[in-house]
Formats: sequence, structure tokens, C-alpha cells
Amino acid sequence: MSAMTLDANDRLLTVPPRARSATDLTPDLAGHLATHGALAVPTRDDAAWTAAVWRAVSESGLLGRGGAGFPAAVKWDAVRSGGRRPMVVVNAMEGEPASAKDKVLLAYSPHLVLDGADVAAAAVGASDIVICVTDDNGPTAASVTAAVAERARAGMAHRRISVERPPGRYVSGEESALVAWLNNRRALPSLRIDKSVPLAVGRRPVLVHNAETLSQVALIARHGPEWFRRLGTPEAPGSTLVTVSGAVRSPGVLEVELGTPVGDIVRRAGLEGALSGLLLGGYGGAWLDPSHLSTPYAPGPLAAAGATMGVGIMVALPVTSCGIAETARIVRYMAGESAGQCGPCVFGLPAIADDLEQLAVGRAGADVLERIEVRAAVVDGRGGCRHPDGVVRLARTALAVFADDALAHGRGRPCAGHRAPSVLALPAATTRDRWAS
Amino acid sequence: MTTRQRIGLRVRVDPVACDAYGYCAELLPERVTLDEWGYPIVDGTPVAGGLVALATRAAAECPRRAVLLEQVLVSR
Repeated sequence: MSAMTLDANDRLLTVPPRARSATDLTPDLAGHLATHGALAVPTRDDAAWTAAVWRAVSESGLLGRGGAGFPAAVKWDAVRSGGRRPMVVVNAMEGEPASAKDKVLLAYSPHLVLDGADVAAAAVGASDIVICVTDDNGPTAASVTAAVAERARAGMAHRRISVERPPGRYVSGEESALVAWLNNRRALPSLRIDKSVPLAVGRRPVLVHNAETLSQVALIARHGPEWFRRLGTPEAPGSTLVTVSGAVRSPGVLEVELGTPVGDIVRRAGLEGALSGLLLGGYGGAWLDPSHLSTPYAPGPLAAAGATMGVGIMVALPVTSCGIAETARIVRYMAGESAGQCGPCVFGLPAIADDLEQLAVGRAGADVLERIEVRAAVVDGRGGCRHPDGVVRLARTALAVFADDALAHGRGRPCAGHRAPSVLALPAATTRDRWAS
Repeated sequence: MTTRQRIGLRVRVDPVACDAYGYCAELLPERVTLDEWGYPIVDGTPVAGGLVALATRAAAECPRRAVLLEQVLVSR
């Protein structure tokens, strides 16, 4: 295979997950280098290399893949301006219940993520890399640990690298919560008045990147920004990972070009029958109306349709299910996953969950739809982190996408689907304080 | 034409620190109302003139030190 064809086809998931057996999950540094090509990362500060990789990441237009879609290069600028040596944190927490992309990535391509962490560390002058995997995700931690050991044996470990295991709660992967944990505090988010001030461990600025973001950095460092921009849209370049579940024949993780019509992605996963709605982004995401399946999968067009890319989940809801009942269950789960710090989240989310549950079974009063809207507006934007905002968006989009259903339920005539089993996966309720592990 | 400007204060609340004592809404009802659970809903329009002293007092008297004041320039 010539270098040209290797470059053209070099993507995150070059080995389709189903082409490998479950036992074939040992990291394979030689295979990794054969697939993606070698990558020279300087071991000491190298101004020319740093300038080149900085320019490449900046010109690539890479947006973070951890949910907020923040430009990666802007994060680099924020940590480099400080005086002390920064630290790079690989966020592989993946607390979103319907998301599997980072687990798949770290199972099949851990070295790509580690390459990206190495590139980012060299670029910002960091001497330490910390990889964060939840304490209840043994397989991912094992894969990462084995890959780190393999690199050490190959003489590729030029920086201190460690694996940390914060508690597996929904909000513990939020970056300020993660950094709180690394500062020996509970893994709770904090209010950040000025986001241009980088987070810090001790007095060292911290660069936190999602695992997928770093794997994209590893490919951009190899092939350059023009290569990266060959896929995607000018505003949202490249490919991205999505986790598709629900009414599809082949649920799982797909790598798709940004800008692909949303419906094409669900059909690639084997959409079965008609949809009543498509959940996008995450459990703090948004419902998309089936009439909007031609929307390009990119932040701008999705925002215009009232939705979000979030961490790349897509759940296809079949017409036999009830969107109101499904949303009520998610909102109840998300209320329980509140960090418990801010009043509007602590009291507002359970109140909205109560409203939705009553609506789902057709026992709410006639004013329930208005009450949900009022409470949603009151809670929106009033937390220290974005957790309540996402839940509120999910509730509001549910009332819009399932508007006819919502009206019927409000009149005491719930649809048959409200008794159907849950399509959206929900983790078992946590019964103990799981912030400090 | 130049517009004359003076220093005003924008009120914010740190929702993590806030424990719904409600003093801010008592002291500065012009900018702070309470939601159905007693937590403050803040109007971010900067205060100037006579309200500055009340905003400063609301920040000083919050038992949780959750009322934050940001200096901003406001046109007269």
C-alpha cells in the first residue's frame, strides 16, 4: 500500500469493531504503527516542531469531541500562557449511558489516543499525562494500562503517564469535576466565572481533552490540516464517532463524516421501521423530529434544528414506544445524577421529573405542559455546570417533538406505548455516595 | 459625540455557594427575585446610582458569600 492511499483511508476506526473478536483486544503497537504510520514526537522542547504542530491543529479546525465542541487549539493557547509546566488530562470517563465511542476507541486503538496525548503534551510543554477512566470500567482501564506498558517497553515513554480512576457518575467526567478529583477533592463540578482561565492541579495549568479529540490530534500531527479538512464541513471538519442504539439492527459505534445527513447515519446502523423521534447528543441532549432527518450532522445545522451533537449518541425511538414516558425516565435518572450543589438543579430537576411522570401515565392536570415549560425556563442556565441545562433541553424538545402525544396524555389519554419497556438504557440506581469513591 | 460612562455593578450569584437564605431578594428586589424553591433569579442589568449601595450590601450580607459583583461601564 502506498503512503498516499494509507493517508487517504487513515481514520480512527480503521479496523471495524466487528472484524475483531472479543479476545483480540490486546494493544498492538506494531500493528498500530503499520496502520497509521510512525509519529516522531520530540522528547525535549523543540520550538520548530511545536510551532508546526500548533499551526496544524489550529488550521485543522478540530472541535473537541467531549460534548461542548470547543476548538482544540484555543484550549492549547489557554494553558501555554501560564508560567508553570502544564499537565495533560485524557478524559475517557464517558459518563453518558448511551455512549460507547471512547470505550471502543480505547479498546481498539489505545495507541492513537496515547499518541495524541503525547503530541499535546509536547506542544504545550507538559511533563505529565493523566488518563482518567471511571472506577467501574475495568476493561478500558486494562486496555489503556497495557498500552502504556507496551510503549514503555518500546522506549516510547518520554513523559510521566498514569491512569486515574475517578467515580463513575454522570457529572464526574465534566472537566472541572475531573480536575477537582485530581486535586484530592470530591469529583464535583465547580462554577467557572471566566473559562479562559485554565483549570489547575495544584498550581499547574491543566489541558483536558476527550479521548477521541486526542486521537484526531494524533492523525492531524501525522497527515496535516489539509488532510483532516478533506472530510467534513468548513465549520466542522473531519470525521467523528457516533454511538447508535434503539430501533436499529446493528447498534454500535460508527465513524462518520461530519455533515452527513443524520438519517443516513441511522440507516447505516440498520434503521428498522418508522421512527417517532431521534435522541441526539446524550441524556442531556435533544429529541429531533423525524421530519428533520436530512439535517447535516454538524453543530451549526443541529443547533438550528434545536438539537446538539453532544458526545455523539443517537437513539432511534420506534413508533411503538412513548417519547413522553422515555423522557420521564431519563429526566428522573438525570435528576438523581445531579451533583447536588445548586438549588435550581437539586429541586428543579425532580420537580420536572414528577411532572413528566404524571404526564406519562395521563394523571397530570391540564396545566402540566405549561408548568413544565415554566419550570424549564426557571432552571435553564442557573446551575454551576451545564447539567441542568441539558436536562431542560431534553424535556422541552420532548414536548415539541411528541407534541400530539403530550396533548393526549395531558387530556388523560396516554398512548399505548407508555407501558412499553424502556428503549433508552439506564444504569442501575446508585445507592451510596459515589462522588468520592 | 461621546457618551458619558460611569462605573456600574452587575450582580451574579454563585449557585454552588448559594443556600437560599434569600437576603439578596429582600435587599435588592429591583434585581433579584426568588424561584418556587427560594433560590435567587438575578436580572443581570447593571445597577448604578442609588442601587449600588444596596447591591454592595446584598453581597456583604449574604451568609454564604454567594452574591458576586462585577464592575462594568454603563452609559449615562
